[in-house]
Amino acid sequence: MSFFLETLAGGLLAGVMYALVAIGFVLIYKASGVFNFAQGAMVLCAALTFVTLTERDVPFWLAGLITLAVMVTLAVAVERVVLRPLVNRSQITLFMATLGLSYVIEGASQVLMGASVHELDLGISDLPVEIGPIQLSSFDLVAALAAGALVIALALFFERTRIGVSLRAVADDPQAALSIGIRLPVLWAAVWAVAGFVALVAGLLWGARQGVQFSLTFVVLKALPVLIIGGFTSITGAIVGGLIVGAADALAEIYLGPLLGGSVSTWFAYALAVAFLLVRPAGLFGERAIERV
Amino acid sequence: MTRLSRALRAVALATSLAGLPALAPSASAADETGAQAPKQYFPLATFRVGAYASSGIPSWAGIIDYLRYLNEVEGGINGVKLFWDECETEWAVEKGVECYERQKGGREGSPVPVFLPHGDPVSKALTEKSVADKIPLLTTGYGRTEAIDGRVFPYSFTVLFSFWSEASSVVNYIAEQVGGKDKLKGVKIATVYHDSPYGKETQVPLDLLAKTYGFENIQIAVPHPGNDQSAQWARIRQIKPDWVFLRGWGVMTPVAIKTAAKTGFPVDRIIGGIWSGSEEDVRPAGSVGKGYLAITPFPAGQDFEITKKIKAAIVDQGKSDLKDLKSFGSVYYNSGLIETIIAVEAIRTAQARFGKRPLNGEETQWGLEHLVLDEARLKQIGADGLVQPLRLSAKDHEGGGAGKVLQWDGAKWTIVSNGWVKSDRELLLPVIYERAAAYAKEKGITPRSDDTAEASAQ
Repeated sequence: MSFFLETLAGGLLAGVMYALVAIGFVLIYKASGVFNFAQGAMVLCAALTFVTLTERDVPFWLAGLITLAVMVTLAVAVERVVLRPLVNRSQITLFMATLGLSYVIEGASQVLMGASVHELDLGISDLPVEIGPIQLSSFDLVAALAAGALVIALALFFERTRIGVSLRAVADDPQAALSIGIRLPVLWAAVWAVAGFVALVAGLLWGARQGVQFSLTFVVLKALPVLIIGGFTSITGAIVGGLIVGAADALAEIYLGPLLGGSVSTWFAYALAVAFLLVRPAGLFGERAIERV
Repeated sequence: MTRLSRALRAVALATSLAGLPALAPSASAADETGAQAPKQYFPLATFRVGAYASSGIPSWAGIIDYLRYLNEVEGGINGVKLFWDECETEWAVEKGVECYERQKGGREGSPVPVFLPHGDPVSKALTEKSVADKIPLLTTGYGRTEAIDGRVFPYSFTVLFSFWSEASSVVNYIAEQVGGKDKLKGVKIATVYHDSPYGKETQVPLDLLAKTYGFENIQIAVPHPGNDQSAQWARIRQIKPDWVFLRGWGVMTPVAIKTAAKTGFPVDRIIGGIWSGSEEDVRPAGSVGKGYLAITPFPAGQDFEITKKIKAAIVDQGKSDLKDLKSFGSVYYNSGLIETIIAVEAIRTAQARFGKRPLNGEETQWGLEHLVLDEARLKQIGADGLVQPLRLSAKDHEGGGAGKVLQWDGAKWTIVSNGWVKSDRELLLPVIYERAAAYAKEKGITPRSDDTAEASAQ
């Protein structure tokens, strides 16, 4: 029983890490209806910028601030150069633009900061912690706390700030929001900047876990089923989806993998996502699209 | 459209074009040898961008620095200087095949003597094409294990250390640690492998070795890319193996080391395979990687005679292909150096028969099948200790079958095995020949006899 609980807890904590990446997608999708394919590249860009600075003896806090400034600049540039010229185009056009953008960000990051693999030490211990009968990773526990803090910060941002309330208005009804004078370009730049901040947090935690290298962009592969299960428009959905994917993946790997003679977690999360799509197409917390016909 | 927007689109176009395999030769294609003398073309299929660039970049430096050293210090191979160009593959199979197609015709009148695919999947994709084009594929530390039987695979050279030999040498190293092969009975060895054809390649030999020596053989798959392994290491914690044989690729290795540490598994009981044993694999794991072991045919170090010569003539003169000189003498740098030494010595062997001129693939294939790199020759080159003694033939495209065990001390690798740890080739080869024969039957190939192999290229 303790092994089951340990596997479950380990999976839930891994799921929080997936949710961190998924939140970045949710933010941009909520504000503009765009599935931002470049979120993985933003995670890479943020982590690479941060580690490049710290390797040059820039203090930790200053490196964080400079990286945040880089991500905000990137957000403003994306709004000006990519999104603004494509306003009123179809969603698939915007999606394709983010696809191209991901290659530009990945390529530019490697050209400017090199293709080497970097160690990232956040000073968080990664030793096993015994909690009752189960053993957990202290790093994963800190990551879960960071994700919790991020969700609270985002909730406050959306509830208490003018930009946050405007974003919710745009997400609810873009036409009505525009008619009362909400400026879409400012909002888009703001939400991309917040997504850049989320990418920085995700990049630092994932980078500390596996090293800062190109494969950080692959973490989005697990964010997709998280989004499908939780819904594209809900931060709570991203967290719950992440927990479901993490736990299901870990349990399937342990109990189903040996029966099938190989690793199952490559496809299991996607199979689960397809099952959710059949039952609940908008995800657990997503908004159902109701159209008058 | 704003000016900025036009600029970004131009960047996007350039990026997309850069993704295509070498529409034009790279800048490094420059002839470094002067115009008159006949020169030997040496094509390079490289990946300097993309997910695996960090492992590729030091390897190309090892290759290019040695080629430059040969040209500048030794005057080429018997007076035939070398030139090269690069084709970017991004480690993708389709781009690798396209690079092969672009480069196979040779350049500036020189044919292609040998092709280095630099990737297990692409080397398998090129197996049949290379036979049709008569261009030998040199795959050091990767590639199809059955290609050891050159009677069935005349143009594939799984030189040095096949995956089967890798598995066997790891078992033999563990046997040394536990007090002999007779003490392996009951020892639990868990193989944590990349869930891909490359990762599964050691399952058959480990089955055979487990039956022979009586150890418990546990197989645990990690899906690509391997950036979360909590479930796999929870299983390890449950099974409690004595040793873990880690066969990773890319990010899988540092994540495995970190996850092992956080589940309490001792890192000095993990032995990484060939592609889990570079500085790039352990550095991201940080301090918890201290004590980690790895087996390799590419020992790291700067104290080999040849590396000292390259340092003096190329690196210290500012002519190295390395941008980051801390990679000089690293596992990947030395892997490029070692494979180029083998290719160059095969060309030298073939030149003794066919003349001191640029050679084609068929001639170099003869050179490879008659390559003898004994201790004396390795000493002459300055590669003793760096390259294991090799003797290739039509029946044996591997030749060596041994590796050295390295241990990470937190900053660099130290060789901890007593010389080269040999594999049980006498046990493995009959099974490899059986599998090669089955492949020949399936593909309708009539295997060459040893005699026809000897007569080929005459």
